[in-house]
Amino acid sequence: MDLERAPRETSLGPSIHAELSELDVLAEANRCLNCYDAPCTRACPTHIDVASFIQKIGTGNLKGSARVIMQANPMGASCARVCPTEDLCEGACVYADDDRPIRIGDLQRYATDWLVKSGVDLFQPGRATGKNIAIVGSGPAGLSATRELRRLGHAVTIFDANPALGGLNTYGIVPFRLPMDVALWEAQQVLKLGVDVHTGVSVGDDVAPSELIARFDAVILACGMGSVPPLGIPGEDLDGVWDALEFIERAKCGDGIRAPGPSVAVIGAGNTAIDALTCAKRLGAPRVTMYYRRGESDMTAYPFEYDFAKHEGVEFRWYCTPIRMLGEGPMVRAVEFVRTAPGRPSGTLARPLPAAIPGSEFVVEAQTVIRATGQSRLSDLIGGFGLAQSHGIVAVDETLRTSHPKVFAAGDCIFAKGSREAMVVEAAEQGKTAAASAHRMLCQAPAAITQSSVAQ
Amino acid sequence: MADLAIDLAGIRSPNPFWLASAPPTNSGYQVMRAFEAGWGGAVWKTLGEPIVNVTSRFGGLDFKQTKMIGMNNIELITDRPLEDNLREIEQVKRAFPDRAIVASLMEMPERRRWHELVKAVQAVGVDGFELNFGCPHGMSERGMGSAVGQIPDLVAQTTAWVVEVSRVPVIVKLTPNITDVRHTARGAVEGGAHAVSMINTINSLIGVDLDSWKPIPQVDGQSSHGGYCGPAVKPIALNMVAECARDERVGIPISGIGGIASWQDAVEFMLMGATNVQVCTAVMHHGFGIVEDMIDGLNNYLDGRGIASAGDIVGKSVDRMTTWENLNLAYKVVARIDQDVCIHCNKCYIACEDAAHQCIDRVVSSDGRDTVVVDESECVGCNLCAMICPVDCIHMLEVDTGEPSQSWKQRQALAGLETR
Repeated sequence: MDLERAPRETSLGPSIHAELSELDVLAEANRCLNCYDAPCTRACPTHIDVASFIQKIGTGNLKGSARVIMQANPMGASCARVCPTEDLCEGACVYADDDRPIRIGDLQRYATDWLVKSGVDLFQPGRATGKNIAIVGSGPAGLSATRELRRLGHAVTIFDANPALGGLNTYGIVPFRLPMDVALWEAQQVLKLGVDVHTGVSVGDDVAPSELIARFDAVILACGMGSVPPLGIPGEDLDGVWDALEFIERAKCGDGIRAPGPSVAVIGAGNTAIDALTCAKRLGAPRVTMYYRRGESDMTAYPFEYDFAKHEGVEFRWYCTPIRMLGEGPMVRAVEFVRTAPGRPSGTLARPLPAAIPGSEFVVEAQTVIRATGQSRLSDLIGGFGLAQSHGIVAVDETLRTSHPKVFAAGDCIFAKGSREAMVVEAAEQGKTAAASAHRMLCQAPAAITQSSVAQ
Repeated sequence: MADLAIDLAGIRSPNPFWLASAPPTNSGYQVMRAFEAGWGGAVWKTLGEPIVNVTSRFGGLDFKQTKMIGMNNIELITDRPLEDNLREIEQVKRAFPDRAIVASLMEMPERRRWHELVKAVQAVGVDGFELNFGCPHGMSERGMGSAVGQIPDLVAQTTAWVVEVSRVPVIVKLTPNITDVRHTARGAVEGGAHAVSMINTINSLIGVDLDSWKPIPQVDGQSSHGGYCGPAVKPIALNMVAECARDERVGIPISGIGGIASWQDAVEFMLMGATNVQVCTAVMHHGFGIVEDMIDGLNNYLDGRGIASAGDIVGKSVDRMTTWENLNLAYKVVARIDQDVCIHCNKCYIACEDAAHQCIDRVVSSDGRDTVVVDESECVGCNLCAMICPVDCIHMLEVDTGEPSQSWKQRQALAGLETR
């Protein structure tokens, strides 16, 4: 079957997602077996009833299909584009063993695209409970929590340091993977339920955490993580050296970024590194190279992201780490690397640290250098709330309650670095969980959302 | 190379595949093309008093994205002058003398009219007649088609009029829009028919448009019931063929019609007693070229089983059809799931749980995998799970119950009770 049609244009070239024709979508929907207790649904962190939404596409009930998706996952439109489906629903599909899983992500995108175009409002706020909840951060976790709390009737106030809502969905994911209008539409759906929004307000700087705790009945901390910290090597303050997230944000916003070439070096091998690499490539840099201190098999980017980067013409250098940036006037012009050797397994480290090989230094030309070595933790903000934490990771129980009884946390701020990457879909589910837990605390009732609060 | 030639009550053709009387046999041009493609015979689109047709005329039934598992039509018999049809029949017969050309006829139930039509048509040299007592739409409102075919006495009478003057074999085409097809088949036999063909199309309304609320097919916003055909009607047709084949009071050759689209369908009809088969919808869907695989596939099937002639399989499964009361109550099959092939869709589980006898369990196997397992002591052997399994990994196995064969009829007799 052929789902490969001309993708739509974004601010940085064609989308990685092909446009879907109705006939192709129907063919794919009809291929779905409608499994019972389907493995795709079990594999989805938000438990979208995948078989149900696909069957509804098959019967032409697109409103019903979109409702099934968005009810389970308030970030359903974004997730249709950014979910690592081969690790989740599509990987669990009973047809996956034959290498022909149902293209669940594409079908979800079709149904949510319909919703965006239709202008239909699926959800309505619940009857007012008189409770007030503050949400710190409007990324996937914060918006997801907000949507659920509004459906339960709680008043919600969102605080976000950025001018627009959506967090990394809006600012941090390249537009050819997740266009900004999709992220903003999703935020708008939540705002339509009636939310007090304070953008451009940084909790910790502009508002004291203690004030939030005092003023609100509950607080959900969904602040994500911070910037990519400096590598701690000489020359990092030269012009042309970027934090990957800032680089992607500027490129996505079309915010006067200068042509990043001819040679671009990206340090790191996660999904953000891939985004920075492909972004630089599409900004016109002829030579874009990823440098990673470990080997190919150690990279944390998803295999499909890695494939995409190769497809875009990115180059890869393994087992090397930067030790110095060299400038020409205020501008960076080269990076000096040293080769590394795989680290020895250690009982305390999940992944052993590679060791530099003395005398193996080499210099590469680069007019732009991008750090994509992982975000910093917002330890100060977490400390400001007086929450227990471990190296900037908020400590939560299984209900996502923090050490403070009125404060819950969700999203990247509770993401403990492990084998798998932080995911939008996981953040969305945590937002739901935190909302349900806050509701339970405030109402001492099971957090069941009744059908009456669902627009019919 | 098996001998595919057949002889239906004296009508011979080089293979059993005929085009049914329908749009594909509307003209000499089409039948010529069909014979070039390899069709063994053609039943010319029904001749009679030319009619005026409506637009639109056909409606298709799709299942999900499978197009036209069924179709219906409200087209009537030929709309071309009789002399044009007769001239073309003569031309085609001259070009393809080895193929069977059968003329389908329809007339008002009047002896004189039928005599005139039969004489005019046989004058150009057809191999047989097929009396259209079956079309359920339009013509039936004027006292023809199924209006005749639904009254066994009228079938007998009209057939007799034709046989009186016909010099070639007469086939009576039966309508399925009756309660028991054997009664009209017997009427045909009584009237002297040499063969029966079945089924004509089934009364139907193919659908209603959800936007306009107009029935389909629509004619200026209205519709009328049509004749239903295509793959979805095959089981109805096959049963009617089997019913007639088993009936001693029918006892004449059968030409099978109804949803036949492949050589496999044809083999089933022939096993159930059809001497040959007629095809329409599959050609309307795919063109005349489908006959190539029908011939090739049937030939390979027969060769593969060492069967010399297509005629050798005719009726070979008829004895296996009986009445329910004769079925062996002691016979048992149970479902068994091939765990190596199972893809864990759980469709068998939910089908059995919700719609059958709750005898498939979901269990975690010793290696930690979710599996579905049949409780064979509870399984009633209904086939449902095997039917819905998307990878055909469920097989029905015979189980020796240790009990002697006993039918319901025998059981009632032992208890001293009548079965009816």
